[in-house]
Amino acid sequence: MFRFLVRRLLGALVILLIISAVTFWLFYAIPRDPAMMSCGKNCTPDMLKQVRHNLGIDHPIPVQYWYWLKGIFVGRSYGDFGDCSAPCLGYSFANREPVLGTILDRLPLTLSLAFGAAVVFLIFGVGAGMIAALKQGKWQDKVASSASLLGSSLQIYFVGYIAMYFLVFKMGILDNPSYTPITESPADWFSGLLLPWLVLAIIFTANYTRMSRSQLVEQLSEDYVRTARAKGLSRSNVFLRFAWRGAMGPIVTIFGVDLGTLIGGAIITESVFSLQGVGRLALDAVNKSDLPMVLGVTLLSAGAIVVFNIVVDAVYALIDPRIRLA
Amino acid sequence: MTSTDQQPFLSIKDLKVHFSTEDGIVKAVDGLSFDLVKGQTLGIVGESGSGKSVTNLTILGLHDRDRTAIEGEILLDGKELLSASEKELERLRGNKMSMIFQDALASLSPYHTIGTQIGETYRKHTGCSKSEARKRAIEMLRRVGIPQPDMRVDDYPHQFSGGMRQRAMIAMALVCDPELLIADEPTTALDVTVQAQIMDLLKDLQQEFGTAIIFITHDLGVIADIADDVLVMYGGRCVERGTKKEVLSDPQHPYTLGLLNSMPSLHGAVDVPLTPIPGSPPSLLNPPSGCRFHPRCAFADKVVGDRCSTERPLLELVEDRGSACHLTDAQKQELFADFAATRHN
Repeated sequence: MFRFLVRRLLGALVILLIISAVTFWLFYAIPRDPAMMSCGKNCTPDMLKQVRHNLGIDHPIPVQYWYWLKGIFVGRSYGDFGDCSAPCLGYSFANREPVLGTILDRLPLTLSLAFGAAVVFLIFGVGAGMIAALKQGKWQDKVASSASLLGSSLQIYFVGYIAMYFLVFKMGILDNPSYTPITESPADWFSGLLLPWLVLAIIFTANYTRMSRSQLVEQLSEDYVRTARAKGLSRSNVFLRFAWRGAMGPIVTIFGVDLGTLIGGAIITESVFSLQGVGRLALDAVNKSDLPMVLGVTLLSAGAIVVFNIVVDAVYALIDPRIRLA
Repeated sequence: MTSTDQQPFLSIKDLKVHFSTEDGIVKAVDGLSFDLVKGQTLGIVGESGSGKSVTNLTILGLHDRDRTAIEGEILLDGKELLSASEKELERLRGNKMSMIFQDALASLSPYHTIGTQIGETYRKHTGCSKSEARKRAIEMLRRVGIPQPDMRVDDYPHQFSGGMRQRAMIAMALVCDPELLIADEPTTALDVTVQAQIMDLLKDLQQEFGTAIIFITHDLGVIADIADDVLVMYGGRCVERGTKKEVLSDPQHPYTLGLLNSMPSLHGAVDVPLTPIPGSPPSLLNPPSGCRFHPRCAFADKVVGDRCSTERPLLELVEDRGSACHLTDAQKQELFADFAATRHN
């Protein structure tokens, strides 16, 4: 287990290095000069040069990248602008706020959104898949299968606005989406995020319904499930302890990937509901050619996916004793 | 070794198992009857799709109830199983009757240790504690000849070799000392040495506990080793029945004869080529009329008229011996004579 963790974390580090380098390089491939945007309308060449220096983009690209990397591990000095201690992700080009601080400010909202939606889509998705698998070919199965097909064809920017129009403005059943930290008021936190959770979950639920149905159907026809029945174990016992165990692996795998993706920010959901999370931050940063912010958010998203992949592999080994971690 | 002196422990009467599929009704078992007494082994022989496995899954009540229509009677120790509730069947399965499956790797749960899988059967039927169940599992593993059972009990199936897995499977089936054991091709996937060991093990256990065994196989060599009586199935029906000696050395049905001719004999001449049965097993969706074997039978033209293709031959048993064939005894003697000549010297 220890060797597995060390090996995988080192691998993760390499992946993140590559991703950041590619992002860095791609950023300069975009024909937009952040210094121009920062400098404004009446910009003279001298002013532009000064702005370039202030933003730290007057060095060659590899040198800039090296400074950025150094900042993460040992900190970085911005001359008269001040020092930035490790881990330093630099300052936003757009508003000179520290990148790390901004991301950490936005993260609680995104985490709340991700985990809340995950709870909803796991319960409904896996639940419906289970019912469909148990009632194969019966009406419950058909309803669940049709609903999941419908659900997977929906888009958040479609469902989101419709739900908001009817449930919030017309009928007033749900609160207008907003974010209150859970530490301030758990009730407001819950009611403010309920609609985004439900809408975000719709898209994922369908996926989990189909996944868990097909996995369970497959497992139920396995020989060892028949053996368990031949031993005299009850249908429900066999379903929960044998069929489920086998179906869990693939479900955990896509769950890990989905959760990693969601933590990197639900860009569309946050935009639709005007929530200031990491996803919205990423979108704004790209629009403003704000390289440090783009890099910071990219690093967070990639890191979340990489970490959840490691967690998934470890969980997989717990589920299936045939898999050994090394 | 006929069963006239003892009450049958398992009695199957005119069993019919029909599945409905999208293409129509599959008559997997079509009127099968047999009795089995305690301490005896009945070998059921037949090609794939002859209804062997379906019969046995039906005895345990493990068929898909929604899609299966069943007629007939299955009596286990006087109790009718087809009308028994799921709860009653659960009490019997693994306890009074149990089953060994062919592919032990696929049939054992990869997610639980051998000990857990053996122990949970015991716990389910005796209600004992976990530690008692574990002790029992170790004892069973020792009995089936697994070395260091107190260590191997915590292994997972994938850590066992093929032969050991089949032993573990047997240990699991026998943990509650069942009175009926159904072995569905338990040795097919194993090499010959392990196969012999497993069969010795089954014979020992049968002697010790007087278990009634149904042994399903397509391997007549295995039948010669383990069975007391033999039932030959073809197309969901029994075509021949008798003691092992009768069926193997004096077959009365062209299909049995065909099976015997298609396997090598240690005693026969080495240079005699093996003769396969022409054609392939019948579709049970749309089985041949009359005798289901007639399209493949070498002697169908010897029967007067077209009886073979129009009239179902009945299985007439005299003291559990007989075959379902329209040929007369005299014809059989004459036509099967070649077989006797190559086999008996």
